[in-house]
Amino acid sequence: MKKYHSLFSMFILVTFSASVLAEAEVKSYVVTQKEKKFSEEKLKIKVGDSIDFKNDDPWFHNVFSLSDVQNFDLGSYPKGQFKTVVFNKEGKLDVECAIHPQMHMVVEVTK
Amino acid sequence: MINSICKYLFLGFTLMMALSANAASKKTDPYLRPIPVPYPADNVPTAERVELGKKLFFDPRLSGSEWISCATCHNPALSWSDALPTMIGNKMAKGNRSTPTILNTAYNKMQFWDGRAGTLEEQALGPIQAPGEMHQDLDELVKRLTAIEGYRAAFDVAYPDEGISKQTIAKAIASFERSVVSTEAPFDRWRMGDQKALSESAKRGFKLFEGKANCAACHQAFNFADDGFHNIGLPMSGQEDVGRFAHRKVKVNKGAFKTPTLRDIDLTAPYMHNGAYNTLDEVVEHYNKGGVTLDNLDPNMKPLNLNDQEKKDIVAFLKSLTGKPMALVVPILPVR
Ligand code: HEC
Ligand code: HEC
Ligand SMILES: [Cu+2]
Repeated sequence: MKKYHSLFSMFILVTFSASVLAEAEVKSYVVTQKEKKFSEEKLKIKVGDSIDFKNDDPWFHNVFSLSDVQNFDLGSYPKGQFKTVVFNKEGKLDVECAIHPQMHMVVEVTK
Repeated sequence: MINSICKYLFLGFTLMMALSANAASKKTDPYLRPIPVPYPADNVPTAERVELGKKLFFDPRLSGSEWISCATCHNPALSWSDALPTMIGNKMAKGNRSTPTILNTAYNKMQFWDGRAGTLEEQALGPIQAPGEMHQDLDELVKRLTAIEGYRAAFDVAYPDEGISKQTIAKAIASFERSVVSTEAPFDRWRMGDQKALSESAKRGFKLFEGKANCAACHQAFNFADDGFHNIGLPMSGQEDVGRFAHRKVKVNKGAFKTPTLRDIDLTAPYMHNGAYNTLDEVVEHYNKGGVTLDNLDPNMKPLNLNDQEKKDIVAFLKSLTGKPMALVVPILPVR
């Protein structure tokens, strides 16, 4: 019983502090895809931050990451649209476009 | 006498002015070939390297059978391809992909239909070793070439401190390939201002290419490529080929292949990675339908509703991309 109790209080503590942190510091960034380039080659962000990947080209892009830290596949979407990725793990990610492999950027997620 | 010298000076001067004006306007037109061909810092394409690479490219002794050269499949008389729907290699075995032209491969950021090689240096050793293509052991090849005095001399001049190795074989071949670039086509003369270089039909075709037919979503700038991979919904033939997906496991890559150049396209039938089409009319009809196999189709592909005249116009434009024949001196290979 005692064990459960301490686990429970720890849970409360963790969620509480995370939400405080989240409110205080979470940022959202915009990275555009234009002329087959990402607007940033390298972006340093914090755990919990998010990036909107916005297509500014008149053809489709398909942003993805197969990194160990976190992987995602945003699918293909046309000009003007964006999709948001929340980065919730620490580490370095290679983000690429599946259609145009020369499009590459690094997202560095720190605590 | 002085008068005529002055005349020549003046002529030279105006020529220079014209050329530099031309160079300036060339820079701004993405459809004209950028003058410098890109190459890696450790492999400047000197005349000696290009010449050596040409020898290697035409030499059947690069293959295990000593019977197949790069030029067997990338035949300059067939616009550096083979006029086959799919390639035939070692022991006459049929492959399941077609032979692309090597024209303008210097400008590719990725090589092969599925982009599995980055540079031409990386690419060159692939077909030599591939069991279905030239089926040659590289160490064996280095030994074989080292035994030929003419090659020892040629490598000495081209790569003085490097000797004969896998690396220098690849570098020399890549240097030669960098010299195989498209030449001026009627389309280019039209871009530079010669209104008569293109028929009205071809001009309309180009407008459709950039507009209603949406070809320029993928076939871009002077090489009419995008270093990109797309599933354009070709009719299935033979066993399934997942294309780019084999190297990057992202859904969109399933059945996606590299956008090929359209330079000299009238000369390189049959078309597509699986040789699905024999004529440009068939290709345009394919796009007009918005593809045939619609599974995992690239989202840029849609039915186009082109009328017969519009289809003809696009084909006329594609035919205006044929350059002047390239002068090629067949190399004399060292026999000993
Ligand atoms: C048996 C026929 C054959 C031979 C011999 C051959 N090739 Fe190829 N080549 C092909 C085929 C087929 C492909 C496409 C294969 C693929 O994409 O999977 C290709 C692709 C290429 C490409 C990529 C072009 C592009 O646009 O992506 C280059 C460059 C090339 N070959 C150069 C060479 C060189 C150099 C040699 C000799 C060392 C050679 N090939 C020998 C059939 C051949
Ligand atoms: C979605 C991108 C895309 C669009 C749009 C597109 N193409 Fe292509 N094109 C490709 C790709 C990729 C290939 C190679 C496909 C394969 O072999 O699997 C190709 C192949 C071709 C070929 C054959 C080239 C060869 O060497 O075999 C021709 C010709 C061609 N396209 C012309 C056109 C024309 C004309 C249009 C417009 C009506 C067009 N394309 C629109 C991507 C595209
Ligand atoms: Cu892209």
